[in-house]
Order: sequence, then C-alpha cells, then structure tokens
Amino acid sequence: METNKPQELVERGLEHSTADGCVVIVDRSSTANLRWANNNLTTNGVARDSTVTVVSTVAGSTGVAAASLSRSASAVDEVRVLVDRADRAARDAGPAEDAAPFVPETVDAAWADAPDTTSIEVLEPLANDLGEAFGRARSEGRRLFGYAEHDVTTTYVGSSSGLRRRHVQPGGHIGVTGKDADQRSAWVGQATRDFGDVDALGLDADLERRLGWAQRSVSLDAGRYDTILPPTAVADLLIYAYWTAGARDALDGQTAFARPGGGTRIGERLSERPVTMYSDPAAPGLECSPFVTAHASSSDSSVFDNGLALSRTDWIADGELRALRQTRHSAVLTEQPVTPGIGNLLVDVGGTSTQPEALAAGMERGLLLTCLWYIREVDAQSLLLTGLTRDGVYLVENGEITGSVNNFRFNESPIDLLARFTDASASAPSFSREWGDEFLRTSTPALRVPDFNMSSVSQAS
Amino acid sequence: MADVDPTFTDLPLERLADAALQRARDFGASHADFRLERLRSQTVALRDGALEGAHDGEQLGMCVRVIVDGTWGFASTFELTNTAAVRTAEEAVRVAHVSAPVSPERVELAPEPTHRRAVWVSSYDIDPLGVPLDEKVTLLGDWSRDLAAAPAVAHVSAHLEQYVENKFYADLSGTSTTQQRVRLHPELEVYGERDGRIDAMRTIAPPVGRGWEYLTDGRYDWAGELAALPDQLAEKLAAPSVEPGTYDVVIDPTNLWLTIHESIGHATELDRALGYEANFAGTSFATYDQLGTLQYGSPVMHVTGDRTVEHGLSTVGYDDDGVEAQTWDLIRDGVLVGYQLDRAMAGLNGFDRSNGCAFADSPARVPIQRMANVSLQPAADGPDTDGLIADVERGLYIVGDKSWSIDMQRYNFQFTGQRFYRIEDGELRGQVRDAAYQATTTDFWRSMSAVGGPQTWRLCGAFNCGKAQPAQVAAVSHGAPSALFRDVSILNTQAESGR
Repeated sequence: METNKPQELVERGLEHSTADGCVVIVDRSSTANLRWANNNLTTNGVARDSTVTVVSTVAGSTGVAAASLSRSASAVDEVRVLVDRADRAARDAGPAEDAAPFVPETVDAAWADAPDTTSIEVLEPLANDLGEAFGRARSEGRRLFGYAEHDVTTTYVGSSSGLRRRHVQPGGHIGVTGKDADQRSAWVGQATRDFGDVDALGLDADLERRLGWAQRSVSLDAGRYDTILPPTAVADLLIYAYWTAGARDALDGQTAFARPGGGTRIGERLSERPVTMYSDPAAPGLECSPFVTAHASSSDSSVFDNGLALSRTDWIADGELRALRQTRHSAVLTEQPVTPGIGNLLVDVGGTSTQPEALAAGMERGLLLTCLWYIREVDAQSLLLTGLTRDGVYLVENGEITGSVNNFRFNESPIDLLARFTDASASAPSFSREWGDEFLRTSTPALRVPDFNMSSVSQAS
Repeated sequence: MADVDPTFTDLPLERLADAALQRARDFGASHADFRLERLRSQTVALRDGALEGAHDGEQLGMCVRVIVDGTWGFASTFELTNTAAVRTAEEAVRVAHVSAPVSPERVELAPEPTHRRAVWVSSYDIDPLGVPLDEKVTLLGDWSRDLAAAPAVAHVSAHLEQYVENKFYADLSGTSTTQQRVRLHPELEVYGERDGRIDAMRTIAPPVGRGWEYLTDGRYDWAGELAALPDQLAEKLAAPSVEPGTYDVVIDPTNLWLTIHESIGHATELDRALGYEANFAGTSFATYDQLGTLQYGSPVMHVTGDRTVEHGLSTVGYDDDGVEAQTWDLIRDGVLVGYQLDRAMAGLNGFDRSNGCAFADSPARVPIQRMANVSLQPAADGPDTDGLIADVERGLYIVGDKSWSIDMQRYNFQFTGQRFYRIEDGELRGQVRDAAYQATTTDFWRSMSAVGGPQTWRLCGAFNCGKAQPAQVAAVSHGAPSALFRDVSILNTQAESGR
C-alpha cells in the first residue's frame, strides 16, 4: 500500500467524485506523550495518523443532499473507495437543511507544503529534567504524577469549488501533580506549542512552594465564600459556557442563551463590568485555524461551510452578549451575522494585576483555589454547573496565604460569575485542568467572587 | 450469531504481526504485543424530524507495545505494510529507551495461558452499519414527528450512535485473538417551555451491545416509552420545585447504574487505588490496604465485575492483554473483596492472574486498566419497585440519569435524573423538579436498606467513559435492581444557583 501526499489525496478524490459537489479533507497528525506516577514513568507512546473525510453533495428536486464519511487512509485507491461511498450515500440521502453553496475558490500559499510532524525527541529534554525532578522529589518525600503531550496536525481542505486551504496546528500541554508525605497535593499545568517554553524543574519548584502553603491545614464547612478563581479555574468554567453557546440550540430554547418565549439573548447585557469574551485565530501565542473545518454537520457546524474564513469574533463585549456560534444556516434562522466556532477563547474583564495572588491582598478572609474538576451541567436554563475543587484550596487571611483548606463541591453558573465578580487580574495564557486536553488555547483572568457557592465538603485529598 | 467480517480477516493480520513481533524479539523485548484494529462508526442526528447530520467513520491502524529492560514502549501507525510494522516495532523500542532513565520500576506481567487463534464475536443479529441510512432516518423521523405533535413538545432531537469494532491481537507468547463487537445507542429528547421555564425529557432506553434489531424486534418497548415522553415532560414543566432536605429514595436502575459507575466502578480500579490516575481522573478512597476489610456498603450489597454478560458494552472474549474474559466479586456482603486488574497491575501487586480489564480505545492508544461491566446484584427473593416504594413514608423515586459529578477520590458525588417523583405513605404523588442527590460514597451505600428482586434488574450503561492521558473513551454496562436508600440529602438546584 502506497502512502500518497495529502494534496494528491485531495486532488484525486475530487477528480474521482461524480457528485455535484465534493469536499476532501485530509488530517495528518503525529503525537508523542509521556506519563508518570509515583516518580516513575508509566506509559508513553508515539502515534501517527492519516484520516480522510469526503463530503459529497447532490442536488435533487427537493434540495441538496449531503453525506460525510471519514476513514484512516493514506493512499489514492483508498480515497477513491471512500469517494464512491460518499457519492452513493449523498444520492440516497434526503435534502440537507444546512445546504448552501460551497465557499468560493481560495488557494493558500502553503498549499503545496508537506505536513509538519512531531516525534518523541520533542519530549527528550523534558524526560531528562523529569529524571532530576523525580530524584529531588524522592529525596524530599514527595511524589510526582503527570503527563506531557505534543501533537502536530496538518489539515488540507479542498473542494470542487476550487478551495485549497492548509493549516498546521501544533499543540501541547503538561500537567504535574505533587503529593507530600501527608497526602497534601498541589497541581500546576501549562499549554505550549513546542515545549520550548516548558521548564519542568520550574514547575516542580512551583509545586514545592504550593505544598509549602499547605503546612497548616484548616477545615471549613460548606457555604458561600469570598473566593479567588485563578485563570485555570476561570478557563475551566468559561470553556463550558463557550461550548454551550451555539445559536441554533439557543434559538430552540435549549440553553442558557435562549430567551424565554423564543429567540436568543443576543443583545442582552450579561454583566455591568467591561467583560469581553472573544476568539481570534490570530491571537499571539494562541493561533488556531483561520478557516472552518467541518467533518460533519451538527447543530453548530456545517459541512457546507468548509473553508469559510474566520476572524476575531466578540462573543461578549462590554458585558453584552454579542454573538453565538453560528453556521451560515443558523445565521439565516437567527437573522444574525455568520460567526462560526473558533479554536481559542480569550477573556478580558479589565483587570490589571498580573499575578492572581495579588487579588488576595485586599482580602480579609477567603479562599484561593487552584483548579476545578468533574464539571457537569445541572440546569441548562441557568447554566448551573457542579464540580469540585482539587489539588490545592488555600486560606487567605488579611491578604496572606495562611494554610490549606479541605476540598469542596461547588454549584455555580459561569454566566452569573461574570455579573458578580468584584475584582480581577489581567488576562493571561491559561490551561484548563478539566478541558485543556481538548481545548488548550485560552487566555483568562483571575476573578474574585464574593459569594462563591461551596455546596458541600469533599473528603478527597 | 454473526461471523467476523471477512473484510477484516482478509487483511494481512498474521503477516504484519509476525513482522512486528520478530523485530521486537530482535531487540530483546521480554514481552511484545501487536494489535491491528478497525473501528467503524456511524452517527445520525435529527432535529424536529429532519436529518441534521450523519457521519460515517472508520479508523484502521496497528500498534506495537514492548517491554524492553523492564520498561514499556509503544508506537502506532496507519500504514499497513511489513515495512511499517517493522518500523513501528523499532519506534516502540526507541520510546522504551528514551523512557528507561525515568522508569526505575520494572514492569512485571502476571502470567496468562496462551490462547492460540481464538475467535470471539458479540451477540447480535443485524449489523447496524449494514442498514441503509434512509431506513434509520425514516424510523427516527417518524418517532420524532409523533413526539412533536404533542402540545407540550416544542422541539425534538434524535441521535443514534453505532459502532462495529474489530481487533486482532498477537503476542510473543503465541496468543492470538480475533474479535468483533457491535454496540448501538439511540436517544430521543423532547424540549418544552412553560411560564418562562424551559426543560427537557429524554428516553431512558440504555445503550446496548446489540445490533439494529434493538430498535425493531419488539423486545424493547419503544412504543410505550416514546408515547409516555410528552406527558412526562408536561408534568415536569408543571411540577413544584423540590423542598430540599433529607429523604428516603428509591432509585430505578436507569439512574442507579451511573452512581454505580462513578462510586464503585471507578473506585475499584486498582490502577487508581495505587495512584496511577492521580494527575488526571483521580485516585480512590478504596485503597489496596483495605482489601477484605473496607465496609463499602450495607450487608445487602453484592457487586460483581463481569466481562462476559450478554449484550454488555464492556463484554469481550479476550482483553487487550490477551486475557480471557471473566466474572468475579468486587464487593460481597458490603465488604470490598476485589479490584479490576490488567496484567501489569496484577503482576506488580501479587495477584495470580489478571481479571481481564485491559482495553485501548483505538490502535493509536496504549491499553490501560479499564472498567468491566460492574453490576449490583439483585436480592434473589427481593421485592419489585412498587414493593420498595411501599416501604417509604416520605421520599422520592428517581428515574433516568442526567447530570453526574464525583470528586477525585470518589467520595463526594452529586447526581440529578430525568424524573423525580414524590413518595408519600408508600405511594407516588407526581413529579417534582430541580432535584439533585448528594452524598459520600460509603455513607450512601451503607444506607441501602433493600435491593429489589431479579424482576427489577436492568442492564444500562454508557458509551463515553473517559480515563487516562492521552484520553481514552470506553463503553461499559452496569446492571442494577431498583434499590432503597434511607436519609439521602436532596438539593434544590434552583436554590443552589441562587435563584
């Protein structure tokens, strides 16, 4: 079996199609990872993948039908088989609700370039530093647990309308949990594009510092607390809000962005503070695909939108809900601009301090969290989320961190938090503990919330 | 029973395995295994009876896992050639070498008999991927339009997920297995609004390890469940908000399976108990030193791990370590008596044998210790659900799963449901809304005062159990009878949100 260049797979696939319209998407990816526990590497691996997606469209008397099929494929013969199946499936399908003309011809300058790749060597310096960190941890009675991954995916999108787009998405992340002899735990995490900016020994030093904060431990009951959510925790919550911000679901009355009685809440003020939540493919350090890649149609993606250019979109500006994630189809239904989903999220609420801990300076008695975990939706209309604190809740007294506190279960709505916070730091690159593996390009501030609802105590440590 | 799809067995399975394993042997690997997998899938989504999207997927690839000088190495590829098999084995060895300096712990695998050329196919009649798409769209569309005709229903969504999984496994000891599994999950949900309040009601039909016949052969009462859905939604929209407090609760298996999954299934995974998931999914309060002594729940609690139950989502013939499927006790008379194991966990901790819980969700992933079908057993002569309800003076009856969350050591959990019914003086008194139950795992299971009989037992489950880094998704079933719990804390979720 021959492995062909991605561009050749696209061209031969389009050429082979007998449907009225065709899109071929090739995703070439490589990934390398290391995982460790109890100061010992546990699993590791490298993987390479090549997936081809074919979207065929056929015009009928009642509308345009579409079919989308994906498979692992690296040879022209395999793609031809896939195209035949997609063409057949489109002829058998009923009209697609989201049917629209394909995006017109655009050819990226880098279209002819080969896919970028990664390998285990990207993580070799990290492995060496980890060896030193493991030794240090062992000698100090600490244990380290963690995971590092680097992934590079090159995507090629071609269509029968002449579209030829290419995007390379590097991404990586590291998370490390430290435990001391008394089972106190702390966590640090970071997203990265190439691991050049990851300092494993520095992360270990951060863990040591946080475990130091926990020398004194205090038990607190459930209740509402003056709480500082660091950028990581804010990302944990606002990524979820972003994921539920689909226009079609709101229009159908299924989310917190639905207006009771019908329509969406676009135009409503969600916060009196200067809250801006936006996505921008060109955001420095958080760059992501500048065009839509849709492998299947759903409530907030459309295969007909493949290749559509993306640009900065303000979801919330000056506290007002400005946009929801739209396909061209849902934009018609909601009579709003076309604002497809974008692969990063940036939140700015006008804070100026650069260190989240600085927010503690004005705090008489409250909590500083590290991160949140097991976040799930409890109520769609209020976007009430539940979840837990994890690996470091610290007590702040008179502006100083004075000890660690037990974990809590919370019940809160991220939309409410944007209306209730009283202080914030500047936005900074962040890494969601819960969702970072799948959505790692975020920049968020720390928020101080005067009455964060800690619903019950968790015994977990 | 179906045969293994010849388009899979026609692939050069043994030739590629031989090439990869021989190369691993050349490098002195003490263990090497090879998997070639094909995972075919189809998702179909309808909104208000119209097709919103359908997508067919197929993942095909192979991987090699080695132990060299006591250290794991793993590599995978999408290229199915002898050259790629050899190169992938070499990459796996290279990964082991890079990892060796930070892997002082030597991997020891528990022994396992050799299984030569074993073949296993799950129990189903009709390959769902062989059924034309328009037949599925017609069926789901008809169901959706019937639901949409009800006055309380503003919108209807229908979703169908289907998988056919083929795995070929071979290792240096001479074991080779070829398997085929099928699973399918249909789900319909209706949405409505009343007095500014929006809500939804979803089917409680479980995902199953069955074929297309699940929707058409009449053994599951789809007509009855769908016909009831609009009235259930209307009642929920009109229901009073729950009074928070402490209640006796009767939990239907359609809800209890998820509590079992989170508070027992994950808590009895030995890798978690030993800290291997500490940075991600978390550890377990059920630590290894408590095996045989931890009073997990009340004496009426009997929980099994099972990779053999017919139509189970975690049911296999052999796991991804080449271990034959088994059934065993996890909790007996309320006491922790077992864990879920793979060969490495068993080998490092003195168990004679793995109980067959290794699983990788794709050829690109390394096998990890994953959940068996973990099930609460019924009482042989236990009551039916009405009998349990009759024993409650003031309480709630909970049906269907919805929101779920549990802490990193599996202590504190919170669950909601599709429907909460008030119980007064042993009888149901209509739905309440905005309810969630919250408890600590051991408090909750120790408060279980009665379990229902076999007539209440149902096998439920999910496709989306997440674990490990890189993240892997597994499907798993959980059987449960209805059960009665005393003095459980019930929250009002509107009050929690400050509204």
